[in-house]
Amino acid sequence: MIDANTKGRMQLLITRIVVYAILIFLTVLCLFSFYMLIINSTRSNGQLQAGFRILPQEHFLDNLKNAWNDASINIPRGMLNSLIVAGSSAILTTYFSALTAYGIHVYNFKGKKFAFTFIMAVMMIPSQVSAVGFIQLCLKLKLTNSFLPLIVPSIAAPVVFFYMKQYLESVLPMEMVEAARVDGSNEFRTFNQIVLPIMKPAIAVQMIFSFVSSWNNYFIPALLLDKAEMKTVPIMIAQLRSADYSKFDMGKVYMFILLAILPVMIVYIILSKAIIKGVTAGSVKG
Amino acid sequence: MKETRTLTKRKGISYAKWGYIFIIPFFVVYICCSLVPQLMTFYYSFFENYRDGLKQVGPNFVGFKNYVTLFSPDNTGNIGILKYFGNTVILWVLGAVPQLVIALLLAVFFTSTRLNIRGQGFFKAVIYMPNLIMAAAFSMLFFTLFSTVGPVNQLLQSSGLADKTIDFFGRTFTVRGMIALMNFLMWFGNTTILLMAGIMGIDQALFESARLDGASAWKVFAKITVPLLMPIMVYVVITAMIGGLQMFDVPQVLTNGNGAPNRTSMTMVMYLNNFLTTSKNYGMAGAVSMVLFIVSGVLGLVVYRTLSKQYKQ
Repeated sequence: MIDANTKGRMQLLITRIVVYAILIFLTVLCLFSFYMLIINSTRSNGQLQAGFRILPQEHFLDNLKNAWNDASINIPRGMLNSLIVAGSSAILTTYFSALTAYGIHVYNFKGKKFAFTFIMAVMMIPSQVSAVGFIQLCLKLKLTNSFLPLIVPSIAAPVVFFYMKQYLESVLPMEMVEAARVDGSNEFRTFNQIVLPIMKPAIAVQMIFSFVSSWNNYFIPALLLDKAEMKTVPIMIAQLRSADYSKFDMGKVYMFILLAILPVMIVYIILSKAIIKGVTAGSVKG
Repeated sequence: MKETRTLTKRKGISYAKWGYIFIIPFFVVYICCSLVPQLMTFYYSFFENYRDGLKQVGPNFVGFKNYVTLFSPDNTGNIGILKYFGNTVILWVLGAVPQLVIALLLAVFFTSTRLNIRGQGFFKAVIYMPNLIMAAAFSMLFFTLFSTVGPVNQLLQSSGLADKTIDFFGRTFTVRGMIALMNFLMWFGNTTILLMAGIMGIDQALFESARLDGASAWKVFAKITVPLLMPIMVYVVITAMIGGLQMFDVPQVLTNGNGAPNRTSMTMVMYLNNFLTTSKNYGMAGAVSMVLFIVSGVLGLVVYRTLSKQYKQ
């Protein structure tokens, strides 16, 4: 009996060691490239050519200055452009998805079921498959090199809608809506002043996700923006890749990459718990 | 009494219109920005419409010619779209299989009360992080790290693991491997978290009684965890497939859009992008888009059915 017990404990110990080893390996695998990015952004071009280093060197500020003031890749402008596009998209997508979800959740009207089924059915259609028509439409309306075609479509985001709908189902008591009606609040005010505050957690999570996906978005913006002062960050990063590589100051290149991912990294470091919690909501439950 | 009746009456008459008002913005934008462009894409796929040098050809109606061209062998004897679809599938499988295996393993580890893993918050935060990183920047980073003068080569040589510079971008195997590795890193954390939620949704009493019956950890996994996890597994796999079909940023930036070497890492969306940027061939781009639309539509149907089944319960 004692023998079996010790054997079981040994087994558990070994399993634990193996599991932690796997976890540490995956952690290293995940962090290695980003660690190298940070280290290499502190080294000058000459130092980078000289060989591998595991510890930072002293050229971080030089690289930052060079990257920030680069003549061909205007990264501060790119970051501002990305901020405008991603910020506006995040606000519009959450507000209108919540509004749509509320409209379908609370009211009974003809075609409600169809509207819901329709949104669910188109949820999985990727945006790339309508890109040809979308680009043509923008060309016809003279909307290339404008942020509007990157911002406005975010009003209709089926995935965000689905998340909001599920959230409303779990938190919104209908009595509250009724009470507001009795108090004479009009429906629009009820939504803005009573329902939106209740939905704050869902809105916050979805704002982060839509900000991030818009900040990282490359395919459609690259097809629509070709004026230097309108370019967003991912387009500039891709431009780095297509530029004559050998002429580049590598310290600067690493700094560009670091600047491109830094805003999202900072948000993530502060809010990772809430973000991870938000991943599971809005998908299938077991 | 009278008061209540007027209230219900008012409710019956006037509230429905608010439903329409609230959902109108969504539908107007969806129709303008997705539905109409989708129909236009379909329409354009029947036209000859491209730039030949400085000359614009078309748009002329050509019927199914673009589709025929799409599925005909080019001058090298390859059928482009099949090759690129094949590439997309290979790249997806190389990344997705380890992604699913590792994610399932980690989900089981993290939820096991017997193992009682410490520092879960930290590990989850780390493995999910690459998912939020800009794919274009991540890919550019890999390009610099694995370049012939990059740190990986420097490390391999200084440690004596390689005696000469390895050209990671000159071989099909290594380029595909890097793309798969990036996709794996970007998605396994996300999948782990989804599967964990699935496992935690399973009735704990089932695990408890299985353990009391003396079932081994493996048996519990195979007979309880996996079967009960099926709906969420289907969801995860199919959404990953739809995501894989859209694979673009990573291979595009890594290979500078040419799918080097010899177009072996050119994906479907890169192919589409080439028609839209270099040749401005909107007819062929439309035809490629419709093929993508059909494939993702079929996959989307599966997701839709899983989700709506859950909705009825």
